[in-house]
Amino acid sequence: MANIIATLGRLGQTSGFFGLFTDWRQIVMIVIACILLYLGLVKKFEPLLLVGIAFGMLLTNLPFGNMYNPELWDLYIANGQSVASLSPELQAFIAEHGFIFADGVVQLTFTELIHAGGLLDIMYIGVKIGLYPSLIFMGVGAMTDFGPLIANPKSLLLGAAAQLGIFVAFLLAIVIGFPANVAASIGIIGGADGPTAIWLTSKLAPDYLAPIAIAAYSYMALIPMIQPPVMKALTTKEMREVKMDQLRPVSKTQKILFPIIVTIFTCLLLPSVAPLLGCLMLGNLFKESGVTDRLSDTAQNALMNIVTIFLATSVGATARYDRFLNWKTLAIIFLGLMAFEFATCGGLLLGRVMYRITKGKINPLIGSAGVSAVPMAARVSQKVGSEANPSNFLLMHAMGPNVAGVIGSAIAAGFLLAVFGG
Amino acid sequence: MEVTSAAPTLAIQNLTFGEGVLYAILGMLVVFFALVLIMVIIKILVKVTDSSAAKKAAKAAEAPAEAAPAEPAAPVKRDDPAPGTAGDIKLYTTDPKDAAMIMAIVADALGKPLNELRFKSIREIKE
Repeated sequence: MANIIATLGRLGQTSGFFGLFTDWRQIVMIVIACILLYLGLVKKFEPLLLVGIAFGMLLTNLPFGNMYNPELWDLYIANGQSVASLSPELQAFIAEHGFIFADGVVQLTFTELIHAGGLLDIMYIGVKIGLYPSLIFMGVGAMTDFGPLIANPKSLLLGAAAQLGIFVAFLLAIVIGFPANVAASIGIIGGADGPTAIWLTSKLAPDYLAPIAIAAYSYMALIPMIQPPVMKALTTKEMREVKMDQLRPVSKTQKILFPIIVTIFTCLLLPSVAPLLGCLMLGNLFKESGVTDRLSDTAQNALMNIVTIFLATSVGATARYDRFLNWKTLAIIFLGLMAFEFATCGGLLLGRVMYRITKGKINPLIGSAGVSAVPMAARVSQKVGSEANPSNFLLMHAMGPNVAGVIGSAIAAGFLLAVFGG
Repeated sequence: MEVTSAAPTLAIQNLTFGEGVLYAILGMLVVFFALVLIMVIIKILVKVTDSSAAKKAAKAAEAPAEAAPAEPAAPVKRDDPAPGTAGDIKLYTTDPKDAAMIMAIVADALGKPLNELRFKSIREIKE
């Protein structure tokens, strides 16, 4: 009888229910994961990503599951450092897992990491090496029509101006006291481009991956609510009513040459941006060439869907209670909102300048689409424009700055990586 | 348990506000420079491809003029119109693709199938 009671006791102690009460923050995280699931499933906030992120968050905070071990990634980052210089927690982790490092210097390979890690650690490798964001960009490229941008190259200026949010949020983060690498990762939320934000953060500040990805995707979903008040505040009704001339047709040759030439020049200018822009343009070449339809179809459907599952779940898994629940997460959420608002302001202000220079031929509302978030931001420009003038069709005009914003945010990420990546 | 992560060794860790402002300005300049460069490239690309297309079109136009006048060709037998069609449509400065889209939108707005409507001509009105 005593043995049975002892066995039951041991079973109880190894159950997740017992583990839940060892730290209340796990319960809070499970509640947050369920709220995010609600937002994704019911409110349809970027469900393709938010559902995966929220479920990854749920899995990682269920006690004793060991699906994701951030300490392993800390050790991987600490490769080359002496064990003695690590935090006591990491040293305890090394002892617990029986890692033996020659000469007391951390040397953790992916093979050891796979053996010691959980399922989500293995999936996270794709984030860590920058594979998933680049593959997602390939799919985005295969779905993007750069025609409006080629038809109206001035849109690129609006895409550049809308990157203001990145650098304003970066500055605000510095003021709040974040180190430069983290501030750069927070700033990139203003690029309104999930894969770019994940790509840069996984390289500069992996500990902040979850809050930054969640902020980026949440605000992208909230763009129809975030942007219109700023758009109306920074433009007059007369400006919003402007009807723009029809875009000139773009030839197939121009569409095929565009990704090749842009890749050559941009990657020569800023080599660190090659993984993202290279994949974006490769996907676009698949689409435009007309001879690789099968590859284009795979890049924008099957491959994109598979990678989205891995990316979202493993990014969500990084939101473990002991790393996510702190004031920094709240600060990141706030700074992310600022980044989006200033990005919108940047595009609109340059839009106003172009409105003046062209004597009213450009509707400044298309500037707000420069924040990326394809095609949501362009749709918002269309909506606000048609509210002012129901016969106004700005969508195709806004798609130019919109896709320019994707290129602009990738270039900004490449710059931040080159400067703060060490 | 609060776990302290081992941060990667970075070139620049802490910045003053002034340094941050400089990096922000530099970043914006780099983004603008890269996108202006792409803008210039697109303009050159468009000029080159348009001029080569214009040359090709001019050559194609010259070729039939230079060729000896051919025997009058037998009248081309037109295919029978598709069932339900009601004559031809005249397009003025409108692409066939745009025309098809306009007709589909009109049919949708009127709630009638296309074969019950007759379009005589479509002309783009420039303001």
